[in-house]
Amino acid sequence: MWKCFSTRASRCFSTSASNKALKWWDHVAPAPKDPITSVTEAFLADTSPTKINLGVGAYRDDEGKPVVLQCVKEAEAKIAGCDFLESVSSAVSSKLVEESVKLVYGKNSDIIKEGRFAGVQALSGTGACRLFAEFQRRFYPESQIYMTDPTWSNHHNIWRDALVPERTFHYYHPDSKGLDFSALLDDVKNAPDGSFFLLHPCAHNPTGVDPTEEQWREISYLFKVKNHFPFFDMAYQGFASGDLDRDARSIQIFVEDGNVIGCAQSFAKNMGLYGHRVGCLNVLCNDAKQAVAIKSQLQQIARAMYSSPPIHGILLVSGILSDPNMKALWVKEVKAMANRIQSLRTTLRKSLEQLSSPLNWEHITNQVGMFCFSGLTPEQVDRLLREFHIYMTLDGRMSMAGVTTGNVSYLANAIHEVTKFG
Amino acid sequence: MESLSTKEKTSKDCNGDSVFENVVRAPDVPVYAVMVAYSKDPSPVKLNLGIGVYRTEDGKPHVLNVVRRAEKLLLDDVSATKEYLPITGMAEFNKLSAQLVFGADSPAIKENRVTTVQCLAGCGSLRTGADFLAKHYHQHTVYLSQPTYGNHPNFFLAAGLTLKTYRYYDPITRGLDFQGMLDDLGSAPSGAIVLFQVCSHNPTGVDPTLHQWEQISQLVRSKGLLPFFDNAYQGIVSGSLDMDAQSVRMFVTDGGECLVAHSYSKIMGLYGERVGALSIVCKTADVASRVESQLKLVIRPMYSNPPIHGAAIVTAILKDREMFDEWTVELKAMINRIIHLRQQLLDALRDRGTPGDWSHITKQVGMYTFSGLNAEQVAFMAEEYHIYMSSDGRINMAGLSAKTVPYLADAIHSAVTRSV
Repeated sequence: MWKCFSTRASRCFSTSASNKALKWWDHVAPAPKDPITSVTEAFLADTSPTKINLGVGAYRDDEGKPVVLQCVKEAEAKIAGCDFLESVSSAVSSKLVEESVKLVYGKNSDIIKEGRFAGVQALSGTGACRLFAEFQRRFYPESQIYMTDPTWSNHHNIWRDALVPERTFHYYHPDSKGLDFSALLDDVKNAPDGSFFLLHPCAHNPTGVDPTEEQWREISYLFKVKNHFPFFDMAYQGFASGDLDRDARSIQIFVEDGNVIGCAQSFAKNMGLYGHRVGCLNVLCNDAKQAVAIKSQLQQIARAMYSSPPIHGILLVSGILSDPNMKALWVKEVKAMANRIQSLRTTLRKSLEQLSSPLNWEHITNQVGMFCFSGLTPEQVDRLLREFHIYMTLDGRMSMAGVTTGNVSYLANAIHEVTKFG
Repeated sequence: MESLSTKEKTSKDCNGDSVFENVVRAPDVPVYAVMVAYSKDPSPVKLNLGIGVYRTEDGKPHVLNVVRRAEKLLLDDVSATKEYLPITGMAEFNKLSAQLVFGADSPAIKENRVTTVQCLAGCGSLRTGADFLAKHYHQHTVYLSQPTYGNHPNFFLAAGLTLKTYRYYDPITRGLDFQGMLDDLGSAPSGAIVLFQVCSHNPTGVDPTLHQWEQISQLVRSKGLLPFFDNAYQGIVSGSLDMDAQSVRMFVTDGGECLVAHSYSKIMGLYGERVGALSIVCKTADVASRVESQLKLVIRPMYSNPPIHGAAIVTAILKDREMFDEWTVELKAMINRIIHLRQQLLDALRDRGTPGDWSHITKQVGMYTFSGLNAEQVAFMAEEYHIYMSSDGRINMAGLSAKTVPYLADAIHSAVTRSV
């Protein structure tokens, strides 16, 4: 009966319906490749033994291998065989959120004690930003978002898909390869009062350029005067200075000044949980009652996107953060990762200087976090790829985590080759 | 600029109102509210027949043995990393999932006309499909069955599509309103999107027969409607993965196009891991490739790439013949338990002489019984018997056991016979 039917059906399937079907997708153009993930794709396809991936911001050890942190391995062993495969219970999800926001506000913060924040888990940093962008649009449909120039490429996609128009504000100074502070302040001043800003609290992506603490104070004060809303995307806490508390200092300055903030956190990099998609979104509130209202709205937005977040990563993170020994181990491992990157920054800079490069490479060690905004032009980036099988994004952003003691000389030589004539 | 030291600084200093002062509390999700009420109830005889998750005969969450096995394999695999998956997810997972849904020998798969991307369970797959359609498809009206799964409208509304319904459940027969369904689909505008459920209709438990599916597919194709299948219960109706997928496979064998949102939440008990896939069957391989590239643009700004753990478990099971077989055996056992419970409940009601025709309990299939109880009766049962179900009278059969069936029968009898 089954077979008879299919013959009948194909006779019934008229040519007009068939033509309609052909027309449906004709206009679907091939999408442009993502500028970051396409680098990894190309790298994976490359068979050269000397290839180096400085594309995606994922930590590597000194052998260029991905790392599963020891604290994560212990957490995995702990949760193995447990019963939780159901949707995240509210106890587990609350634990994750509470432990996460301690990293933002400090573990003794009044904000946490008084429940003056609305917190939800999110699908890593991307998911947290997207939830906030949707929330922003829902309650401030006419608002825009100010983003640093430049910023992580996916930020543009996120707010665009949430239908929030973007503006940029000055941030990176291509000449100094540092912060364009006065232009930044001007832009903040000139934005209409009550504007939404997207800030990187530490280890700016892609530039590695962070304001100093003093500069953050000035920015924060100006925000308070202008009544702007600062939204922090914290994807690299621990990678700027090696110290988690210190890296959240900028956020705490804003909060101390009385700014009402929002914050996206990611555990992809600092816990090495990339593929588990664990993060947190929190919005500071007037009181616990308002926190309940805002949290319910965020959960509603999430429910229409994917219903609930994947539990495995949540169990790992909450397990690590709520166990003092495991958390202490994690803190050490974060410091070790940051230190390795820091030392390779120094080595790379020294190597280029020893090659008598005509260019100034101070920014390699001035910039912080995972990335170096090298200043290489797209043509130079392209040469590095084609001649040396070295992969980075076209804007010249290098993920320093991909540099090792084994490949740093090769890298320095290659950079020197493509830049020695200026 | 005024020096900071002259400003008042306290850690509680929040001078202005929150910019979100005007945010009101969102309404509770109805079925979650039921669950909260259940969990707060101190009664030792309380019964949870609400949310759609499988339970054992002891009323406990059920982790499949084969899943435990797969998890152990993953835990012991020293070479496993936690790197980002590609935006479209794990390639092997996608391939195996497509085979599961469409059949390994499906011509559409062989001709590379199917693009399958890993998503966050059925919900994530539906939303990704909805966003894709909103961006790239000329028709922005979606027809949902009356009734349908509570969350269905949310995905399509969030994507900016317009909703309409088609008749589906007949409250008199407690079966399918087939003529109503054909009439409503027949008057849908050409190209409209129609959401179907592959099997084990949620909430009604009423599935079209194969013969009815034939007629539906002919109508869909002649009107140029675009079918979107929600495949959350493949295997849960008959215990056979192939048999339960016959409806959707009809829409592939006829050479046409469709979308399928596939979930492993129930069929592998992987609820919290959020594992699923969206497949789009296209006319040509070239179209499928372009469509896949556009799906990436939907996913990247939503969450960048999907979670690894659940997909790794599924892949380990699907690709190993022995584990696959073990899975189907466990699945069959789950289904058999539900089928027996259906019969037991029907018998219990007949034994009590409960007024009304309760034969729909065994006629309906899959996880749910659309009992026909009204909201008032449902509330009564919660109040007096501490039995919780969604207010539309949907009973999750998996929440029952041989021990608790008599209690439920008592409660139903009481609810139906009491004078209002």
